[in-house]
Amino acid sequence: MSPSRVVPLTFARGAIEKIAKSRSRRADVKSTRVLDVALFYSYFKTLVGKPVTVELKNDLAIAGTLVSVDQYLNIKLENTRVTDEARYPHMRSVRNCFIRGSVVRYVQLPEAAVDVDILHDATRREARGA
Amino acid sequence: MSAPTLTNMLDARVSVITNDGRHIVGTLRGFDQVTNVILEDCAERVYSSESGVEEAPLGVYMIRGDNVALVGPVDEELDAELDLSETRAPPLKAIKF
Repeated sequence: MSPSRVVPLTFARGAIEKIAKSRSRRADVKSTRVLDVALFYSYFKTLVGKPVTVELKNDLAIAGTLVSVDQYLNIKLENTRVTDEARYPHMRSVRNCFIRGSVVRYVQLPEAAVDVDILHDATRREARGA
Repeated sequence: MSAPTLTNMLDARVSVITNDGRHIVGTLRGFDQVTNVILEDCAERVYSSESGVEEAPLGVYMIRGDNVALVGPVDEELDAELDLSETRAPPLKAIKF
């Protein structure tokens, strides 16, 4: 992905607020869980192009640039590097990969790309379902 | 941003890590939206702390999507440089939900 495609943070902030506002108009409580997932999906979309580290549920941790994400939170990374390559030499010939969302334990984000207040706000609005 | 799919890996050599910790390398011949995958000419790379990596040929494999943890295209040049017989590592742990 070329650097020009990287979503600027100002846009990311606007996007999150817009998502949260449009959600808050709907009062369908039953679909809250689905909306929750969509909120994080939208959030991850704003992180495309940023360096992240994905830790799998088998303790394998892979660092790379986030290329894309879908509604299952499946993730594609490029320029990947396994954090502990001595312990996990399995991916030495793999430079980009698709990770199934269901096996992800953590995604470590670059600190500069996270605005905690906006995330707090959006998630609280979601939780209220209002 | 397009959705993450395996389209760009079709007919290429890929590395698949399964939920039970197996590492399978094969040619990706098919996949679907739940990451069911079909691999041709595939082989399991069996890792051990005591001896080098052994390759067990498997032929054609269809792996059900919920068992797939990771799929990545193999860089053939990098792969050719690997000395698997000298690679020692404990087997990967299984995915624990």
